[in-house]
Amino acid sequence: MTTFRRVALLVLRKDVAIEVKSLEIISTTLFFAVSCVLVFAFALVREGSIVADAAAGILWIAIAFSGTLALGRTFERERYAETLRALLLAPAPRAAIYVGKLLGIVLLLTGAELLLVPLVALLFSAPFFARPLLLAGLLLAGTIGFAAVGTLFAAMLVRSRTRDIMLPILLYPITVPVIIAGVRGTAALLADGPDDAAAVMWLGVLSMFDVVFITLSLWTFEPLMTE
Amino acid sequence: MRHSQPANPDFDAVTLDRVSRHFGRRRALSAVTLSAHGGEIVGLLGPNGAGKSTLIGVLATLVAPTSGEIRYGGQSPHQLGPALRRRIGLLAHELHLYSELSARENLAFFAGLHGLDRRTAIDAALDHAGLADRAGDPVSSFSRGMRQRLALERALLHRPVLVLLDEPFTGLDDQSVGLVADRLRVLAASGCVVFVATHDLDLADGLVTRVALMRGGKLISDEQGGSGLRTRYRALIGH
Repeated sequence: MTTFRRVALLVLRKDVAIEVKSLEIISTTLFFAVSCVLVFAFALVREGSIVADAAAGILWIAIAFSGTLALGRTFERERYAETLRALLLAPAPRAAIYVGKLLGIVLLLTGAELLLVPLVALLFSAPFFARPLLLAGLLLAGTIGFAAVGTLFAAMLVRSRTRDIMLPILLYPITVPVIIAGVRGTAALLADGPDDAAAVMWLGVLSMFDVVFITLSLWTFEPLMTE
Repeated sequence: MRHSQPANPDFDAVTLDRVSRHFGRRRALSAVTLSAHGGEIVGLLGPNGAGKSTLIGVLATLVAPTSGEIRYGGQSPHQLGPALRRRIGLLAHELHLYSELSARENLAFFAGLHGLDRRTAIDAALDHAGLADRAGDPVSSFSRGMRQRLALERALLHRPVLVLLDEPFTGLDDQSVGLVADRLRVLAASGCVVFVATHDLDLADGLVTRVALMRGGKLISDEQGGSGLRTRYRALIGH
């Protein structure tokens, strides 16, 4: 196993081990995500009828909001005892630390989505499971794109006193294309007579964002993290 | 990012040539020139804000100099690449330990990062820290002194050549201070370059073989260790 992969997987495994012990981030993320969906459900569903495409939008808003919370908390944990500095001292390309943290965030958000999708499907009578593979592809690609940018920014801001404010301010404008592509792709699947071609096109757009965001993040992580 | 080969990280000297680091308008380090060789314990002394921790960060490759050059055995950090970090051990003011994990899990994680034979290295480190019987307990349940001892072993787990310690005696009782001081002497005797930043002049006296006195980001004195450190410190720093 290469040093890069070994370090990335160790960081992932360490994050999972801490989370299994504390259940801190998963519980707050899920609580926030479910609360978000419920608020929208109460606001938008009237006597069983809903605004067209609302379910797709609400699913992605819940993912983005709870993802921001998870990103902040994950790096807050590395700030307590300055453990991020210890990670940066690993004898591996520092981008391996980024990849490990990114995998942890994607795993966490995937867990949240496993709860969110059935919940939104139930509350908004949305046929999410008509095209399960395409939906899974859209969610995975969108989550990776969102987390790729979010992991970089959360790491950059870890020593900033205004990190809680700055993270969403920096993150949302840059990830708007990901959210839009995710919403449009998911809405195409939820339409009367699912539009597979449109969903595949949006999946392609999301994959392109993923490649661009991850490449840029791998390239910039080391210089950004060296004080 | 790829680095050109060869990258032999073993070295027996560290040299700083007019190294400066500015944070905006603040000059944390100002044209520091210093060299240290294997076998030396260099005491970085000075008041708060003198630049000791920044210098440690620069030596650890965590802080990039604004200007100047650092050489590890004649090679630059860029030439050595990530392999350089395999030879650096850092105990910073913050302890770099995950409080949710046990002592053994913490050491296992850091041993893994360095690609070490985990069981052997971890058992030895737990013995050195005097925590073999608390190995499975979460770090959050440890006293400051126990955490400090564990953090020191975490920093030395991979047998670094350059040992950087920022206030290593914080929270330790007298017996532990003696053990840590002995440990540093053994490391130096084995050829390591040891830097110790501390405010405790009584502890530094008799431990360090060289004294680098800093104030306002500048190195104002680089002299041999020995006795009478407090007197010399007062003469140069003023209080």
